[in-house]
Amino acid sequence: MLKRLTTLAAALLVSTALHAEPVSGGRANVVIQPEPPSLMVGLVQNGPTQMVAGNIYEGLLRYDTDLEPMPQLAKSWEVSEDGLTYTFKLHDNVKWHDGEPFTSADVVFSADKFLRETHARLRTSLEHVESITAPDEATVVFKLKQPFGPFMGIFEVGTMPMIPKHIYEGTDYENNPANNTPIGTGPFKFEEWVKGSHIRLVRNEDYYEKGLPYLDEIYWHVIPDAASRAVAYETGVVDILPGGSVENFDVQRIAAMDNTCITDKGWEYFGPHSWMWLNNREGPTADKRFRQAVMYAMDREFAKSALWNDLGKIAHSPVSSSTRFFTDDVNKYDHDPEKAKALLDEMGYDGETVRLLPLPYGETWQRWAEAVKQNLGEVGINVEIVATDVAGWNQKLAEWDYDMAFTYLYQYGDPALGVARNYISSNIAKGSQWNNVEGYENPKVDELFAQAAVAVTKEERQQLYTEVQQILTEDVPVAWLLELGFPTIYRCNVKDLVTTAIGVNDGFKDAYIEE
Amino acid sequence: MLRFILMRLGKAAIILIAILILNFFLIHAAPGDPAAVMAGEAGAADEKFIADLRARFGLDKPLLTQLGIYLGGVLQFDLGFSYRQQMPVADLIFSRLPATLLLTMTAFVISLLLGTLAGVLASARVGKWSDTLISTLALLFYATPLFWAALMAVLLFSVTLNWLPGFGYETVGANYTGFRRVLDIGQHLILPATTLGLFFMAVYMRMTRASMLEVSQLDFVKTARAKGLRSGIIQRRHIFRNAMLPVVTLAGLQAGQLVGGAVLTETVFAWPGIGRLMFEALAQRDYNVLLGVFFVSSAMVLLFNLITDVLYRFVDPRIRVG
Repeated sequence: MLKRLTTLAAALLVSTALHAEPVSGGRANVVIQPEPPSLMVGLVQNGPTQMVAGNIYEGLLRYDTDLEPMPQLAKSWEVSEDGLTYTFKLHDNVKWHDGEPFTSADVVFSADKFLRETHARLRTSLEHVESITAPDEATVVFKLKQPFGPFMGIFEVGTMPMIPKHIYEGTDYENNPANNTPIGTGPFKFEEWVKGSHIRLVRNEDYYEKGLPYLDEIYWHVIPDAASRAVAYETGVVDILPGGSVENFDVQRIAAMDNTCITDKGWEYFGPHSWMWLNNREGPTADKRFRQAVMYAMDREFAKSALWNDLGKIAHSPVSSSTRFFTDDVNKYDHDPEKAKALLDEMGYDGETVRLLPLPYGETWQRWAEAVKQNLGEVGINVEIVATDVAGWNQKLAEWDYDMAFTYLYQYGDPALGVARNYISSNIAKGSQWNNVEGYENPKVDELFAQAAVAVTKEERQQLYTEVQQILTEDVPVAWLLELGFPTIYRCNVKDLVTTAIGVNDGFKDAYIEE
Repeated sequence: MLRFILMRLGKAAIILIAILILNFFLIHAAPGDPAAVMAGEAGAADEKFIADLRARFGLDKPLLTQLGIYLGGVLQFDLGFSYRQQMPVADLIFSRLPATLLLTMTAFVISLLLGTLAGVLASARVGKWSDTLISTLALLFYATPLFWAALMAVLLFSVTLNWLPGFGYETVGANYTGFRRVLDIGQHLILPATTLGLFFMAVYMRMTRASMLEVSQLDFVKTARAKGLRSGIIQRRHIFRNAMLPVVTLAGLQAGQLVGGAVLTETVFAWPGIGRLMFEALAQRDYNVLLGVFFVSSAMVLLFNLITDVLYRFVDPRIRVG
């Protein structure tokens, strides 16, 4: 294991080494999995769609790996003193891929009309917005109803992509024929999609940032089998394996190949945070002591090293360490079977069997469920693993038909965007597995999250979020597992591939291939 | 003969509708629906989003109404719309069909030719070392799980030796045309077609061998020998022809799988065909695509059964159709 780690560390070092001037030309061959249903990111926001569409569409901002905003379609911005007015100045000479000019009217249409209707996640954030106006062609003003702390964090391409008004206004969005030939402002244009085989994008010659992008074209290869994706890299058919392309146990082997670099950067915005849902409503899991016992019983260090090849971090808090307002000052649950047994004795657990749903996303999750079953068995908890496929898993969670279930959710950089939804009681509703599925209710937590979202200063927000993290780690509404690491593997001569907090999803605008 | 074929076609149409109805209920009995899966892939959804999706797919209607709409469509040769792929199902299936037919036909021809040839050779040298070798190989192919054989073939011929491409239909981005493209597709075809054909190759071999040996013991063969016919003629005209009957039955079975039977191979080798389409549609609960693939592949099975029955008559004129 130690040797493997050294290899990985060496590879990480190489990837950050200094490099020469960018050169134009060349092709990127990338794996895409599964095949996206559509590339129209305004309508479909699943992972593969975002990954390809991030080259075609753009948002107003990008975020660096510390989640600080960077210019994209907006070249500058101002926030008023009271935190209610956000004014964006747009980049000059931006054109849609069909040659039409991009203006502030497109921004108003995208944010106020199109995405409010189609984008579930953005819709929730936009509820804080009173008006979106365009005083002139190059200026857009967002006025808020009350201050909203994470507001500057909702402008990346996956959250608020810009949609061409001249193509979509007044049409039936879902059935617009233009959905098959996406038109954006991004560095690459859609060229061809052979279903089941590949998607091809080509350089946007009229891109507004001079000299960019460097690459001539990008091929996204659709390869359904994880072993075949590894073979595709080994045989040189593809040069870039985005995070999650190959099974975890293959990562080290492939990263050790010649001329191969690996980076775990580019996930800071998403902050994939994994936990086990624990059903707070009924059964043994409804008892706080049982839930704490589960935390003590699990050997998360083992899971991290054996199943995740030491990628990722142990999750000590409901907030990821890359997300804003994370605090380390909470009750930590180290592997301690004795404490777990004591808690179970205290509550009088009678050995009732609990059902555990693994995540049907590949081998690693199956093995992880087995490891948890064994850990819990060691302290006397009987676990039955219930196998499902993706559709069945979705349904069981949405209908609360489980005792414990693996999952991971994105945090989107701010607790108000990606954390609060899992713990506030107003978010308990059957039918969706991205809300408070565990059924946790605590008025104090509700209040703290509500205050923190609209607090104006950072200090105030930090204080409120620290308190909420302390309460949650005491109550253990869910059993936190890991902050997942999804490393991107690529040939070392591909440079500047991952430069922002959303990694390859941000497109290949800066990437170039060294001769 | 014509009347026979027409009657069989009529029966086939009724069976096909029955299969469709059965499949419809089976698929809908599985937990989960496409709206939930699509929302799951998006990583976030509120009730409005999921309700909108269900309404778009017509999933909010009663099940029988959905069935009625679907059957009504099929009778007008409309297989519906794919939620997931945003395309009419018929277009989707017909765009994928050529790749599957190329793969399964090649596997079919390879396995039938090589299998019977090996079987004849083995039976002619029964008990000798070449018979033992062929029989052992056949047993090995027969017992090897398809996915394992496929992975090992890729490991050996693509990763280690780098002789053949390990997946895909053609070299993406090479833009070959004409003969160069045919050659390229051919190279990509070798590994999947061979692994797909291995199992049936073994079956044909064993069946041919056993059948040849059995027929060679029959009285009419003894008579032919007694008449002093040369053994080559006896082998070809008397034994082989009669021994082929069970092989034809089996070939009919394999031919029935030409459309839907390559799920694993197509997935492992990233072959853009029907089998993979079906597999993905199942995982995504893309009901219309699943039903469409089932429909087309059941139609093929029925068709090949008919062809097999007719073929019997040509192999052995004593068999009558009726």
